[in-house]
Amino acid sequence: MSEDKLIEGVLSGKRRALARLISLIEDEDSSVSRILAKLYRHTGKAHIIGVTGPPGSGKSTLVTRLTTELRSRGLTIGIICVDPSSPFTGGALLGDRIRMQEHALDKEVFVRSMGTRGHLGGLARSTSDAVRAVDAAGKDIVLVETVGAGQSEVEVVEIAHTVLVTDVPGSGDDIQAIKAGIMEIADIFVVNKADLPGADKKVTEINAMLDIAPTSDKWRPPVMKTNGRTGEGISELVDEIQEHMAYLKSSGVLEHKGLQRSKDELEQIMEYKLTRELMTKLQGTPEFDQAIKRIARRDVDPYTIAERLITKFLASCRE
Amino acid sequence: MSSSKKIRVLVAKPGLDGHDRGAKVVARALRDAGMEVIYTGLRQTPEMIVEAAIQEDVDVIGMSILSGAHMALFPKVMELLKAEDADDILVVGGGIIPEDDITELKKCGINEIFGPGTPLEDIVKYIRENVNA
Amino acid sequence: MNEKKEIKDALKDWENTTLSETITKYPERKEEFYTISEIPLKQIYTPLDIKEKDYMADLGFPGEFPFTRGVQPTMYRGRFWTMRQYSGFATAKESNQRFRFLLDQGQTGLSVAFDLPTQIGYDSDHLLSQGEVGKVGVAIDSLADMEVLFDRIPLDKVSTSMTINAPAAILLAMYIAVAEKQGVSMDKLRGTIQNDILKEYVARGTYIFPPGPSMRLITDTFKFCSENMPRWNTISISGYHIREAGSTAVQEVAFTLADGIAYVQAAIDAGLDVDSFASRLSFFFGSHSDFFEEIAKFRAARRLWARIMKERFHAKDEQSCRMRFHTQTAGCTLTSQQPDNNVVRVTLQALQAVLGGTQSLHTNSRDEALSLPTRESVQIALRTQQIIAFETGAGDTIDPLAGSYFIETLTDEIEQRAMEYIEQIDSMGGAPAAIEKGFIQREIHESAYAFQRAVDEESRIVVGVNRFKVDEEQEFDYLRIDPASETSQITQLLYMKGSREITDVVEALHRIKKVAESDANLMPALIDAVKVYATLGEICQVLRDVFGEYRAPDIL
Repeated sequence: MSEDKLIEGVLSGKRRALARLISLIEDEDSSVSRILAKLYRHTGKAHIIGVTGPPGSGKSTLVTRLTTELRSRGLTIGIICVDPSSPFTGGALLGDRIRMQEHALDKEVFVRSMGTRGHLGGLARSTSDAVRAVDAAGKDIVLVETVGAGQSEVEVVEIAHTVLVTDVPGSGDDIQAIKAGIMEIADIFVVNKADLPGADKKVTEINAMLDIAPTSDKWRPPVMKTNGRTGEGISELVDEIQEHMAYLKSSGVLEHKGLQRSKDELEQIMEYKLTRELMTKLQGTPEFDQAIKRIARRDVDPYTIAERLITKFLASCRE
Repeated sequence: MSSSKKIRVLVAKPGLDGHDRGAKVVARALRDAGMEVIYTGLRQTPEMIVEAAIQEDVDVIGMSILSGAHMALFPKVMELLKAEDADDILVVGGGIIPEDDITELKKCGINEIFGPGTPLEDIVKYIRENVNA
Repeated sequence: MNEKKEIKDALKDWENTTLSETITKYPERKEEFYTISEIPLKQIYTPLDIKEKDYMADLGFPGEFPFTRGVQPTMYRGRFWTMRQYSGFATAKESNQRFRFLLDQGQTGLSVAFDLPTQIGYDSDHLLSQGEVGKVGVAIDSLADMEVLFDRIPLDKVSTSMTINAPAAILLAMYIAVAEKQGVSMDKLRGTIQNDILKEYVARGTYIFPPGPSMRLITDTFKFCSENMPRWNTISISGYHIREAGSTAVQEVAFTLADGIAYVQAAIDAGLDVDSFASRLSFFFGSHSDFFEEIAKFRAARRLWARIMKERFHAKDEQSCRMRFHTQTAGCTLTSQQPDNNVVRVTLQALQAVLGGTQSLHTNSRDEALSLPTRESVQIALRTQQIIAFETGAGDTIDPLAGSYFIETLTDEIEQRAMEYIEQIDSMGGAPAAIEKGFIQREIHESAYAFQRAVDEESRIVVGVNRFKVDEEQEFDYLRIDPASETSQITQLLYMKGSREITDVVEALHRIKKVAESDANLMPALIDAVKVYATLGEICQVLRDVFGEYRAPDIL
């Protein structure tokens, strides 16, 4: 598929093109930045919802149920599920589709599984760009399910408008998970498997923590009860998700976050490009190698050398 | 130009049979060989398999059937792949499949059939050598 | 005491001199020897290994607690095991012919295999049934098919085993209805429904409903049969499929008995007295390729179950503690390479089952790694059993390997290791909870993967597969199912649907829905529905609507 054809395909919502683009993103293909540059102005329309929470808290089932409800409201959906890659072999077993069978043949639901490929933080390095690709393909909603390995998975907050943190009644270490920093990123708490004993207790616990949590936000995260098995509470949850988006818009938070994100992204890209430029210029030069040796011998310090090399680089740019 | 191209494989159980020992063991072996394996679980129709293969942009589809329904289901998968213009995907099968049927299945585009007792290493090797790079 | 010390000293001597000298010169084949369950094996076993044994408590006598030596007082001296070949394919008519052929050949019990749509509660015309109709067994859509299946087979004379699980209650209802048409009342019926849903979740995959309602269907059949069908085995708690999915012998015993515990507990929770149903529980194991471990496995399973029933469930009737089981030789050990070798494998495995005291036996056919077996292959398989029974004398004394230092040690080891697993499962909240967590599935998968790796690395040898290979052209004559039989089955189904009284069907289905939503026993409503020719698919759809469908957890 040529680049132009691929872009055209993604923009017209062709799933083959979208799927291929995500692969190129994952494989860090050199064409990606050119393609994403052309897609950029077509993005920013989708409501991106992150779903995170400890293992066994029913994230996949919740995503499936949310999809059913959102579809019944006429919305089109992209789903990105992230699973861990093996740190030893780089391989991954991606099994989230097992739980999403009922949408298997719905052409308006696009499901993509991603391995983390060594990236920490609950997402793959390329998840953010993959979400952007799905957005460009015109999906109304993008659901992002994080790894859920219990580590602190806060990265999702950087790409999602609305973050759902799932939890289940009972197990003692849930509190731990919340303490580990998940508390702060939740826009909505979901106590899943609400038919299990202890659901109300869990709701009370989370509310009690919210009472003492410092917050500058006007949005107080609601604590919702759902049952992934029966679908109870899902419709109310979707109402609440849409409510959150309305809040983001009316309060100006959306705009503010958009600016913040654009700034972060621009900085990141510039930093990456600049470093790469600088390093291509320096790496392997006798001057650079010599400097490293002198630093190691304690003849000079790295701070002074760094200063000198950057000044020289910037001067060369001016010429 | 790919800098870190990974082989992506869809492992699926078409039909109704629930014997997924082989499918799971193969999925695991492919993972251990560094591939990304998308496992769909049981009771997949040909339509579901092809849809998943397209969305996941896989390089390989591996299917296993022990119920004898392979002659009905494998060719259907190939037909749908062609209709989606996705027949460049490498398709392999496994299970209890008689010799005559293997010939038939290869004619309709299945690249290889692995019978019971095939070493995992052979399957990994075959995929590595035959995936469209 | 003195004698033990003497042996101990002599053993040390032997190890330090005779043995070690030889090993220095001629090392053994391997550094360490293990069974398939990874129980380490010594060079020899001696009286020292069984010195802790209490004969009466651990072994006892045949027909008495703890049944280690067998469940009947005379075992095969009274009557051989039931030779029961699992069969049935394509249409009810063809299966009926095969059944009558097997009965003529001297087979003593029928065993019905159903096709996958039947096992998963779909009619032959369902979208998902495509290509599967009549493939691994007979297609049963309604009572009409069941009438053909048992045509001219007197149901008061044979015992029938039906491999059916998720919709077992419905097939049982059909069997009752067919018998009634033959003039046989249900209290005279003998046979078994597999009815073991838990192992479907972990190993075999033909589940429909979630665990809760599935367990309710099972306790409904327990209750109904305890009141109406005293000679019917209400469940066959199956380790066979767990083993086929890749478990070890220890895991097979542990997971099967853990499932058994869950069923007994569910029935007690549903208000049944343990002694009212426990004697109708039966079990089903595989016979794999590790000769002595398998024999010990059967003995260990029997003793462990007896102890569980007595100590955990306080069964008062000794009959409740008797583990009766069916055995099938392990299908996963059959090779497609040099298929005739499979006859030898099956022979050894069948002998293990007999030495382990099985109540009935299925011997696989040599060609089953290639396709469904031909008539000739099925006959050889049956003859294998007959040769063991009539020619070898293996059944002429009871539990002949008892007292072997090795067999008794292995029996203890397996019992103990299985018990440790059961305790672990208990701590998770029992088998259903462990299944929901994916624990049992993961354990089985790990063993399956390890086994395959061992074969690939040739640390485990399979003749004809990774050693002693030959170039072979497969010139095997195998059985094919005519694709036209699917079409003809669907045509008959449509015809049947057109000729029944539809208002009766609607009414019967409505009643099933009402009962399913209540706590009442479903059996009577199911029997009424099958009698008016409501189809299996229609009934299961009603139950799906009420109960929901099960989705497997991701365990990889």
